[in-house]
Amino acid sequence: MTTLTPMAGKPAAKGGKPETRRAKAKKRLTSRTASVIALIIAILWTTPTFGLLLSSFRPAEEIKTSGWWTFFANPSFTFDNYAEVLLSDSSAGRLGSYFINSLVITIPSVLFPVAFAAFAAYALSWIRFKGRDTLFIGIFALQVVPLQMALVPLLSFFSSNFALEDEGKFIQIWFAHTCFALPFAVFLLHNFMSELPGDVIEAARVDGANHGTIFRKVVLPLVTPALASLTIFQFLWVWNDLLVALVFGSGQDTSPMTVRLAELAGSRGEEWQRLTAGAFISIIVPLIVFLSLQRYFVRGLLAGSVKG
Amino acid sequence: MDQIDILDELPKFTQLGIGIAAFILVVGILLLVVDKLPGYDKGRFAAMVFLLPAGLLLLIGMIYPAIRTVVLSFFDGKGEKAVGFDNYVWMFSDDAIQQVLRNTLLWVILVPLVATATGLIYAIMIDKTRTEALAKALVFLPMGISFVGAGIIWKFVYAFNANSDEQIGLLNQLVVWLGGDAQPWLLNGPWNNLFLIIVMIWIQTGFATVVLSASIKAIPGEIVEAARLDGVNAWQMFWRVTVPSIRPALVVVLVTMSIAALKLFDLVRTMTAGNFGTSVVANEMYTQAFRLSQQGRGSAMAVFLFLLVTPIIIYQVRAMRARREER
Repeated sequence: MTTLTPMAGKPAAKGGKPETRRAKAKKRLTSRTASVIALIIAILWTTPTFGLLLSSFRPAEEIKTSGWWTFFANPSFTFDNYAEVLLSDSSAGRLGSYFINSLVITIPSVLFPVAFAAFAAYALSWIRFKGRDTLFIGIFALQVVPLQMALVPLLSFFSSNFALEDEGKFIQIWFAHTCFALPFAVFLLHNFMSELPGDVIEAARVDGANHGTIFRKVVLPLVTPALASLTIFQFLWVWNDLLVALVFGSGQDTSPMTVRLAELAGSRGEEWQRLTAGAFISIIVPLIVFLSLQRYFVRGLLAGSVKG
Repeated sequence: MDQIDILDELPKFTQLGIGIAAFILVVGILLLVVDKLPGYDKGRFAAMVFLLPAGLLLLIGMIYPAIRTVVLSFFDGKGEKAVGFDNYVWMFSDDAIQQVLRNTLLWVILVPLVATATGLIYAIMIDKTRTEALAKALVFLPMGISFVGAGIIWKFVYAFNANSDEQIGLLNQLVVWLGGDAQPWLLNGPWNNLFLIIVMIWIQTGFATVVLSASIKAIPGEIVEAARLDGVNAWQMFWRVTVPSIRPALVVVLVTMSIAALKLFDLVRTMTAGNFGTSVVANEMYTQAFRLSQQGRGSAMAVFLFLLVTPIIIYQVRAMRARREER
């Protein structure tokens, strides 16, 4: 949406003249209040997730009859919930199958938009042609358009022209995710590409390179961090998506874990042993990606802000 | 018991293989073509090649469908008979939809305000402390969790057991410990809306914290020092130095969250499916168009969502134009 380029900066300088004893005492007091408030927020924010994680390892009977906090007085530990929800018959969840669907959906839905956006962002940043600014602003504006605007016609476009069945429906999910991702992806990569120093491009041009060579050999290597942060964004977006998958996928053949979990939460809302284990399985993959690559994610966040 | 069978899953991997092969093929061809492009100065043709895939997909996948949705919003459920403004009249006269609109308004007001305020306070409290990175990560974590996952996490917090004293939901147990009666938090309107909104705030606060914290760190040290020499207290420092300095970031965070709250779908779908008076516009759009086969009504709701974000689009485009002219 909006660029936040001037935000990253050096931390404010510390120091100044020596403080009086009273000021020091006062400062210590406010910093203690601050720590307490921060601690309360941190606890409030982590406890719900922790409760879910802990519960997923408790026997089904105990989850349903006692709170997870009683675990500390009466610990008992099992992996049964995970085995049940992942592998067993379809009424119990069979999340394993949906886990595979999530993977099959996510990989192409990340690759395509990142690649296509890189091409488009290059043209919009470094090729001079008439109407470039208008085109860029058009794509930029598309970011905010709710994807609800496209759902009904796009679905009937697929069902009337292609009649995809069973696993074939992955194609329409990939297609929808790719289209919906492009405005933000182009915008984010354009932000990074247009900031590259002009003399680097100019030097390559003087050496006789055409746009293809400059794109491949000069620009792409320089924007690798941006590609990384876009990849993480798109991965999280697709893996965590419910709406697109509900509309374009169907059943055990193509629906991802989010769809299955939402179903389980609705129809079997009291089967907490499946819900806790299932939710944790769906959470753990993005969380690992997220935590290990958080640096890139934050960089992307600060450069582009997120789509809705 | 029909156990999961890996052979049943094989067609999916075949499909994935096809998808990846298609990707390699398309990108390979594109790279070959751009390599053969004429010299640097023949920009027009090169631009067309570079923009072709993205442009084509945006036309087929977003622009044409969006126009079609506007048209459909003036037709009946099956898209066959023109009904004029009937769908819009229905939207603003039906009692259930009135409630949906009121709920959405509540989301759009509460989520950005509370999440931004909490995120800002937290960012200031943890600024330059020893545990800052960890503290930030803890609150930021929900950003990586799906709305569906978050919905289940919080459904568990709100769980209600009518028959026994022993509660498995944390919130009800706390209420019982404090001497109150356990409540079915997600069933009782209008308060259940608030309990859903709390989940969204829980998710979004980390976003505010990270963006605002980066912005706070960018405030020049001299300004802070000058204010301190003038003897301002913490309160004055916050309102006269911090807030004005980070205003652009605050606006971005508020706008981003408003849009997210406006389009919110997954949380409501997972936690209540829009029942018990908790539906919002995006959920109702889905229900009308894809559950009740009311394409016209669903499209009208999508158009309404679009109209609500239009001012934001115009504002953003203006700001972008101004920025590009500065260069």
